[in-house]
Amino acid sequence: MWGILGRRAVVVDGGFSASCLRSRMRSGLVSARSYAAGSKEMTVRDALNSAIDEEMSADPKVFVMGEEVGQYQGAYKITKGLLEKYGPERVYDTPITEAGFTGIGVGAAYAGLKPVVEFMTFNFSMQAIDHIINSAAKSNYMSAGQINVPIVFRGPNGAAAGVGAQHSQCYAAWYASVPGLKVLAPYSAEDARGLLKAAIRDPDPVVFLENELLYGESFPISEEALDSSFCLPIGKAKIEREGKDVTITTFSKMVGFALKAAEKLAEEGISAEVINLRSIRPLDRATINASVRKTSRLVTVEEGFPQHGVCAEICASVVEESFSYLDAPVERIAGADVPMPYAANLERLALPQVEDIVRAAKRACFRSK
Amino acid sequence: MALSRLSSRSTTLFQPLAAAFPTTLRRHISTDTTPITVETSLPFTSHLVEPPSRAVETSSSELLSFFRDMALMRRMEIAADSLYKAKLIRGFCHLYDGQEAVAIGMEAAITRRDAIITSYRDHCTFLGRGGGIFEAFSELMGRTTGCSKGKGGSMHFYKKDASFYGGHGIVGAQAPLGCGLAFAQKYSKEEAVTFTLYGDGAANQGQLFEALNIAALWDLPAVLVCENNHYGMGTAEWRSAKSPAYFKRGDYVPGLKVDGMDALAVKQACKFAKEHALKNGPIILEMDTYRYHGHSMSDPGSTYRTRDEISGVRQVRDPIDRVRKLIISHDIATEKELKDMEKEVRKEVDAAVAQAKESPIPEPSDLFTNIYVKGFGSESFGADRKELRATLP
Repeated sequence: MWGILGRRAVVVDGGFSASCLRSRMRSGLVSARSYAAGSKEMTVRDALNSAIDEEMSADPKVFVMGEEVGQYQGAYKITKGLLEKYGPERVYDTPITEAGFTGIGVGAAYAGLKPVVEFMTFNFSMQAIDHIINSAAKSNYMSAGQINVPIVFRGPNGAAAGVGAQHSQCYAAWYASVPGLKVLAPYSAEDARGLLKAAIRDPDPVVFLENELLYGESFPISEEALDSSFCLPIGKAKIEREGKDVTITTFSKMVGFALKAAEKLAEEGISAEVINLRSIRPLDRATINASVRKTSRLVTVEEGFPQHGVCAEICASVVEESFSYLDAPVERIAGADVPMPYAANLERLALPQVEDIVRAAKRACFRSK
Repeated sequence: MALSRLSSRSTTLFQPLAAAFPTTLRRHISTDTTPITVETSLPFTSHLVEPPSRAVETSSSELLSFFRDMALMRRMEIAADSLYKAKLIRGFCHLYDGQEAVAIGMEAAITRRDAIITSYRDHCTFLGRGGGIFEAFSELMGRTTGCSKGKGGSMHFYKKDASFYGGHGIVGAQAPLGCGLAFAQKYSKEEAVTFTLYGDGAANQGQLFEALNIAALWDLPAVLVCENNHYGMGTAEWRSAKSPAYFKRGDYVPGLKVDGMDALAVKQACKFAKEHALKNGPIILEMDTYRYHGHSMSDPGSTYRTRDEISGVRQVRDPIDRVRKLIISHDIATEKELKDMEKEVRKEVDAAVAQAKESPIPEPSDLFTNIYVKGFGSESFGADRKELRATLP
């Protein structure tokens, strides 16, 4: 059933947005997210809220835990209404003690419950990282399958706007390096719903990296995706936009930037294929390599620190698996190698912008065949 | 200078046994369950709660099983010492000999639906939960017949079907994990409790207090057991804790201090704690205990404490000898019968070691098993991914 849903979801996604974009390109309109009359839209926030709601309704073992998730309705309102609907035995407001409540969540998962633990931002997950890695990720392996940990750690990840160095780090690379964890990063509302539902149902620990600036963004959403049984497959990337000249891989908020970059590149006759990774671990190397074998050029994009990042892993994978297909050196666009500054102009310089992605793609393209 | 301070403080460890027991008519070695009442060696000291009575109900069969089970634990740890020196056990090996009464007394007070979670000093706790010595030795020697199929090692024994959740290498991590197990028991309305064991070294960890706070706020059925063997690796309690009265450290959480070398006192305290936790939320038990070995096999254990201290505790407070004396004075068995029992136990342990030594090591493909429950066909890699890779089902 899983596989069928997954395939159906991918076909719907590819069919809907790809054909929508193609028609827009032909007519010369720029908007990436216009839609046919009558189809629905949903914000990422509502998508996440509905996903948690439906999974709580379906499985009494699912519960929510974190700071301000209950009475405050969620620091970013992702858990709005859940306390009223399910009561204090399913939605728990915790004190500001990440190490303590994360450990308690993992212990509850050892015993077979399905906690959804919210970090107000993933910066605070560092206070609990020992439990995520040593208590959760490694347990199934160390116990040779006796103790599995069906827990989800979710919350906003990466830069917001003007929140400074201690509140802006991207943790994708750190968590995705750990065997035993799954690491997901949604972009659209459909991603948010499908991946979070998959994460909550998953028997292994999942790190679910959201993005604060995406919470309020609206995306078209299909009937399929609104169904309560909707799930997206873990470990499968999505081709957001097909192209033939250069492959751009990225995740989360940068998917939107990459799509804008693809529009700009199209104006200059460069057809970019944009891959939304969706899953950082397992990484969909097959889709990435198949794309690069088609385009022969790679630009990888992420918001996080550049050294030892997700981009580095993708570049290595492509060089290892598809070397003879490459017509240009692999390109990385990442956050600057600095702690995040506060001043708006410096913050802008510290994060990838659309023009950075465009420039890198052009560099990748102007090489002799 | 440090040692003289040591010897003056260590006299508090030598608590003499209680006075003579009443003699009774001679009985055969029995599975007799008629109740015998024994007084604990010391009264319980308490914090914010009325302590339980010193009079503990036991029976011939219980005392004999205490003796045998503790003798088995003791023998297992001594055998592990030899195996480590023979390099058949690698890495870390933290031995529990001296502390057996805590594991045994606890089991006598609880059921297999109550959960236990502990630190890396877990071999005897595993045995107490019904784990076998063959599985234990196999695991220590990295064989597939091990309780974690050779994938865990000394610090990662588990027995989920007996509600034993390991086996944890990070000092103090088991404190919130155990409160999480208690959370699940309350959530699922199981009428069971979780015993979370940690040492005096872990007792200062912040996450312990974070977990205690939540356990007390949410009334979780958690019993936190500080196995105070007075040394956190090489650091004595007076050098690491401003307040080594660990049973009081819970502040608003009640606590009980227990002679951890007296299996009956441990049993009484655990029974009391379970009832308390089911009704009133968390409670701390401080078990005053002692480890004969060093922190691990890499630690001789004599650079930070005197040999006199170690042998002194062994002479005056050994948990097995205490039960031995009880059995003899109650005419439950003779000294010879008990010695024969110990010989039998030794044979059992030797046989298990021999069998474990012959057991197979894991297949190379086992490198890639149990990373995930559901791998979704993703790949994992060996050191050279062009040479060794696997698809995870």
